[in-house]
Amino acid sequence: MTTLLPRAGAMRPGDLPASVPVLRERGQREVFCGLTSIMWLHRKIQDAFFLIVGSRTCAHLMQSAAGVMIFAEPRFATAIIEERDLAGMADMNEELARTVARLLERRPDIRLLFLVGSCPSEVIKLDLGRAAERLSQVHAPHVRILNFSGSGIETTFTQGEDACLAALVPSLPETLPGAPSLLIAGALADVVEDQFCRLLEQLGIANVSFLPGRKAGEMPAVGPGTRFLLAQPWLKDTARALEDRGAVHLPAPFPLGAEGTTAWLKAAADAWGVSAARFAAVTDMPRARATRSLQRYLPLLSGKSLFCFPDSQIEIPLARFLSREAGMEICEVGTPYLHASHMKPELDLLGADVQLSEGQDVDRQMDRCRAARPDVSVCGMGLANPLEREGLTTKWSIELVFTPIQGYDQAGDLAELIARPLMRKGRLAV
Amino acid sequence: MQLTVWTYEGPPHIGAMRVATAMTGLHYILHAPQGDTYADLLFTMIERRGQRPPVTYTTFEARDLGSDTAEIFKRAAVDAVERFQPEAIIVGASCTAELIQDDPGGLARTLGLDVPVIPLELPSYSKKENWGASETFYRLVRGLAQPSLRPKKNGAGRPVCNILGPTALGFRHRDDVREITGLLAHCGIAVNIVAPLGASPSELQFLPVADFNVVLYPEIAEAAARYLEKEFGQPYTRTIPIGVGATEDFVAEVCALAGVPAPDLSDYLSNLPWWSRSVDSNYLTGKRVFVFGDATHAIAAARVAAEELAFTVVGIGTYSREFARPVREAAAAHGVEALITDDYLEVEAAITALQPELILGTQMERHIAKRLGIPCAVISAPVHVQDFPARYAPQMGFEGANVLFDTWVHPLLMGLEEHLLGMFRDDFEFHDEAGASHLGGHAAVPQETAPAALEVGVPTLVWTHDAENELKKIPFFVRGKARRNTEAFARDQMLDTVTLDILYDAKARYGR
Ligand code: SF4
Repeated sequence: MTTLLPRAGAMRPGDLPASVPVLRERGQREVFCGLTSIMWLHRKIQDAFFLIVGSRTCAHLMQSAAGVMIFAEPRFATAIIEERDLAGMADMNEELARTVARLLERRPDIRLLFLVGSCPSEVIKLDLGRAAERLSQVHAPHVRILNFSGSGIETTFTQGEDACLAALVPSLPETLPGAPSLLIAGALADVVEDQFCRLLEQLGIANVSFLPGRKAGEMPAVGPGTRFLLAQPWLKDTARALEDRGAVHLPAPFPLGAEGTTAWLKAAADAWGVSAARFAAVTDMPRARATRSLQRYLPLLSGKSLFCFPDSQIEIPLARFLSREAGMEICEVGTPYLHASHMKPELDLLGADVQLSEGQDVDRQMDRCRAARPDVSVCGMGLANPLEREGLTTKWSIELVFTPIQGYDQAGDLAELIARPLMRKGRLAV
Repeated sequence: MQLTVWTYEGPPHIGAMRVATAMTGLHYILHAPQGDTYADLLFTMIERRGQRPPVTYTTFEARDLGSDTAEIFKRAAVDAVERFQPEAIIVGASCTAELIQDDPGGLARTLGLDVPVIPLELPSYSKKENWGASETFYRLVRGLAQPSLRPKKNGAGRPVCNILGPTALGFRHRDDVREITGLLAHCGIAVNIVAPLGASPSELQFLPVADFNVVLYPEIAEAAARYLEKEFGQPYTRTIPIGVGATEDFVAEVCALAGVPAPDLSDYLSNLPWWSRSVDSNYLTGKRVFVFGDATHAIAAARVAAEELAFTVVGIGTYSREFARPVREAAAAHGVEALITDDYLEVEAAITALQPELILGTQMERHIAKRLGIPCAVISAPVHVQDFPARYAPQMGFEGANVLFDTWVHPLLMGLEEHLLGMFRDDFEFHDEAGASHLGGHAAVPQETAPAALEVGVPTLVWTHDAENELKKIPFFVRGKARRNTEAFARDQMLDTVTLDILYDAKARYGR
């Protein structure tokens, strides 16, 4: 089922020109569910454990998406619901309590436990929120237990991170009254966080913190004095939860590429009243370095066409970067979900004539891709080899969430990610 | 509730996908949420298939629940039949859809599709992947095999058989089929249909034409073979042709079933027997090997290990609970206890305790082995991308036996090299960390575990300086075992200190 709505219809009226309609599709979606976010969240919060309450399918998804089983005992696991559990609910809560107790005994290093809901736990209406409260009391103060859903009927891929961070927000400490603080929401690689910290400090913005923190005991404080930047484009519920705590969102494009990073930092600088001269003094050099790092990929990328299948919601910022800084031409940008206000600064830059699509009907979308014959298709792992087999060059979209790509010093790496399959294609003679 | 980190098998609908993806002209309509589409990457990435699996997922969402999930299913089925024009479809539910009870089979029947619809009932909360593959194949065979095609009287002409069991994402299934087809031809037996791999629904009609069935993977094909035997009087093979001995037994079995004389195999024989008898292989004698996999591959590998490489099987196990019995019998024959579990941590604990010199296992054991610094070869699913080599590498038949020899022996130190390491162990270039040159010159860090010390209530043993130094002179690849044996010996003697004499007393007791 495909409906064509003018783009303005999806946005706050009057915000955007309505020249190309957003294609909205509701057919088969070929995307991960939110559980997959655990793959990076469990590496980011070093003393947190993610216990999925789900089925064998959920466990198998985690294993298959992890690809290689690198970690002896990763900090995630699945409590697999079995036939006998489905017999009675009371029984299931006891089973869960027992499972949690056993897990925490085995892993005394755990300080924060997430009970992660799945499709089966939601369909049978297992109340994991209540379970988390109850078990928190049992295991307090050593371990805090929270709950969020990563189910495929509610969340797509990166929305799992959104749900996780939104669940953390109510329990964040309150900021002390006084100087305003800057909070950066969205999991980033440590190295990227450190780079941003240095730049913000040079801008004179003190009191910078990140959500999620690297440890359960190092979560940021939030309150009415907090201004926040989104480092990732998928944080709809997290932003709302932060606003509920009185924090104020600083709208900005996302920090991809020299331009995106500059605009993102500028949003904070403006909120802190940093002078234009100081901003230039701090950012001119790294910005020039970012632009330089892109140069070697431009001959490969500029003029080439790009087709993005919906995956993580990073597609629009990615397309904006590749079209404006690398000279690529955009065939179609798919996104699993289009957040009108968070995406507005991006869409203003991307321009009104780019075909956007939201949701998916994978067979039709592949037909469109075949017809467009783009030079590069950014797509999920299930589609990559079939498209390659048809002679189309692809890039796995999952790398965009596992690789540090944000900030000035990663702009070249981001371009390289997209250029590599083209370089490879150029070399192969078989 | 079962706490799981890694799983040996996926849910049963993954088994159904393995059957559907192996076949041509079949399409699977799977009532499932969007996240379940991850399964496509098993086939496109791990097996490097160039086409998406022939599966349409309904990808219903929370907002559809209770209103129109059934409608979504119907629309998906109609669209899929129109787009893909399959000869037949299978329909079913994944774990989530099983809970909402939309009855895909019933819904599909109401659609008046002009292709056969085979409904699948795969209970997600009690069954697993191999069972799902077996049930799916059985349903297809039952639904499609045509009784009218059973010849009235066989015996005339060249004998024919079907080969049953190979699927997509199987461990070396494609190469096994090629090897066994060649072997059967050499015996004068023609192959009617190979299924599921490469077969279409319309070809399955012709299964009854064959005189008998060759079952290569009982986990997947035994149920179907039993049905064909009962319904059409087609006998089926029990021997799995993995290893030289088993392949010879297999040839005898098929020739008896086909009523043909045993062929001359002299052109056909494997290199394994001579490779195993050649002097260099002497050092393989008594290598302690731990075997884990699906039941079929584990049992077969244990036989090859013991009879054809003269290894000592110190442990054997399987994650296929449905086939626990034959594995227990095999274990008894090797004088060990069978490990029947699908808990990865239990397997890891067993391996840590046994400290084998070689692990024959699945991808999961490969990771355990890497961590423990023990050589490992993969013999069974679950598999990963490197288990789909570009070259021809069957596990079955005489060529398969050659592959087994090479792939099992390769991760071990070479015989001569092992001698040299022993002789020159104090030489600075032959120190422990040097490792085998054919493995890149870097030894995996062997973990010298002292398992006894981990057990509560067991007093720790003290090693004297002399004894500890002497232990270091023992090559690293046997040092863990030496330490373990010595400590066990000391405890036996109620001692709390290991001296140089105790070390050698223990050596005298245990040998080597
Ligand atoms: S889509 Fe639902 S059932 Fe499937 S893996 Fe994700 S949470 Fe589990």
